Amino acid sequence: MKLKKENSEKRIKEEKPVKTVDDKWILRLYVAGQTPKAITAFTNLKKICEDQLKGKYSIEVIDLLINPQLGSEDQILALPTLVRKLPVPVRKIIGDLSNTERVLVGLDLLPVS
Amino acid sequence: MKKEKSKLLTKSLLKTPTGIQGFDEITGGGLPKGRPTLICGGAGCGKTLFGMGFLVRGATQFDEPGVFMSFEETNEELIKNVASLGFDLEDLVKNKKLSLDHVHIERSEIEETGEYDLEGLFIRLGYAIDSIGAKRVVLDTIESLFAGLPNQLILRAELRRLFHWLKDKGVTAIITGERGEETLTRQGLEEYVSDCVIMLDHRVTEETSTRRLRVVKYRGSMHGTNEYPFLIDETGFSILPITSLALKHKISNERISSGIIALDKMLEGKGYFRGSTILVSGTAGVGKTSVAAHFAEAACKRGERVLFFCFEESPEQLIRNMLSIGIKLETWMQKGLLQFHAIRPTFYGLEMHLAVTHKAVNNFKPDIVIMDPINTFVIGDKNIEVKMMLLRIVDYLKSNQITALFTSLTANENTLESTDVSISSLIDTWLLLRDIELSGERNRVMYVLKSRGMAHSNQIREFIITNHGVELREAYIGSSGVLTGSARMAQEANENAELLIRKNDIEQKKREIERKRKALEAQIATMQIDFELEESEAVKMIETEQDTIKRLEQDKIEMAESRKASIKKITTNKMKK
Repeated sequence: MKLKKENSEKRIKEEKPVKTVDDKWILRLYVAGQTPKAITAFTNLKKICEDQLKGKYSIEVIDLLINPQLGSEDQILALPTLVRKLPVPVRKIIGDLSNTERVLVGLDLLPVS
Repeated sequence: MKKEKSKLLTKSLLKTPTGIQGFDEITGGGLPKGRPTLICGGAGCGKTLFGMGFLVRGATQFDEPGVFMSFEETNEELIKNVASLGFDLEDLVKNKKLSLDHVHIERSEIEETGEYDLEGLFIRLGYAIDSIGAKRVVLDTIESLFAGLPNQLILRAELRRLFHWLKDKGVTAIITGERGEETLTRQGLEEYVSDCVIMLDHRVTEETSTRRLRVVKYRGSMHGTNEYPFLIDETGFSILPITSLALKHKISNERISSGIIALDKMLEGKGYFRGSTILVSGTAGVGKTSVAAHFAEAACKRGERVLFFCFEESPEQLIRNMLSIGIKLETWMQKGLLQFHAIRPTFYGLEMHLAVTHKAVNNFKPDIVIMDPINTFVIGDKNIEVKMMLLRIVDYLKSNQITALFTSLTANENTLESTDVSISSLIDTWLLLRDIELSGERNRVMYVLKSRGMAHSNQIREFIITNHGVELREAYIGSSGVLTGSARMAQEANENAELLIRKNDIEQKKREIERKRKALEAQIATMQIDFELEESEAVKMIETEQDTIKRLEQDKIEMAESRKASIKKITTNKMKK
């Protein structure tokens, strides 16, 4: 619990530079085949990005069934996993991204309330 | 499960040899082939090393490539850590014999949003296995996932799936797990891996630590159930399964000299049996090491190899000290017949000592092993453990026809015959050295307490250490017990004196008789002289008497002549008569 709190504090601090930077967002979604979870995750991601980052993002979908050697590069264990490659730092979100709020927290997109 | 059972029925369990010294012996061939095995134990007990040993030996000895998936150490760390054990991982990786995959999981970087599974892990593992055609897999330590992933329900379901998946893949897998407080592993991995469970343990008793291994379960196979000591050294992991189940040593009738002639004489004149176990026990400073050194020297002279474990002295010190009694051990050391192993008993745990002994014996292949002394192992209250250890050593040496000589220091006279470690039952020949305090001196005596299979002497001998070695003297038995040292010398002097006195007595008596005889002879001589004198006097008297008689007759005749006639009458009267 303690650890989490610290992390969220960190995130709030980091929020300012993220907000000011208009750089492109590079997101990578790792999946294994066209599973229902993978499809749900992709749909959810698309929606969030359209809502929050319209016009300045790119999504790369990597199917590990086709390219299994790519899994170790981003230390992928769970699937589906969303990796925010840019802006740094790298963040990982696992699951089908159905909990929008947690995805926004994970991507540092949640405005300070 | 049904599928598994039918498999078991149709063919007996196949095993994958680990190549780890000793392990394959206690499990009857190795780990179950194509199944996962759980290795659990506390921190630093050698789980990773066991896994790595399994893979490296698989790759180098059995041509079975392996995948090492590490959840804790990075590849670089791993390569460095096991390089000290002689494993060249980089080379194996290059030759596609080994695949290292470090799985890094950091909870702070991970945000959970909804449903997921661990397919990513499966894919990575599957990719690694397929890329080198791996037959062996090690997952070290998969429990790290529990710290990294918050959703335990998903994780547990996925682990179950993972182990099934590994079985389907047909790889022999090792899964390591931290030891839990009440369960074998902290996260209860034994629930999922139920074919074979091996427990490693690192215990500290009386300030010395010992590593042990135990096969907790092994489905479908016989296995040793004991705790086996193991050691990790420069050649990796090795286990010592040396608790022989039966007393089936080959025995020898050959006799070998003890190096002390008088002692050989006490043992039917031939010495010890080859392959027997000899104990020399005694109080401090009675010469136990000297007896051992004599034995070593005698063996070297016969051209046999001797391995000398000294736990109290350094080899140099021992050589110097033995030189003072005329035993030149250094020459034999230079010839390579004698090897010293000097280790402080407190340096390792007992099992480690056992392992080191084992190894040294295996390497040197001696005919004779000397351990001086054995009871320094006893620190605190470990008698049983020491006995177990010695039992194993004795068993091992006996099964290899190696003659063993142990020395043992006894603390006080009361327990002389029940040495500290109470190992007498293991001993074939037991020599007891003790000191006797008498008339302000401390002297050594030796006797054979027991010697199986021979009619040994029952005498107590005085044990003397001279500058040309050990000597045994006949001890004098006096009214106050055995006489030794100057008391013995005094006794000897006494006896000599007595003998002299007796001799003098005889001489004197002889002289007396001679004197008496002479006196008697002298007496006889005087008496004879007296007699002769008397005799001659008597003869003279007789002559005079006869003369007188003659004269008287003459006178008568003359008288008659003067008177005439009467002479005739007298003459006729005389005639008539």
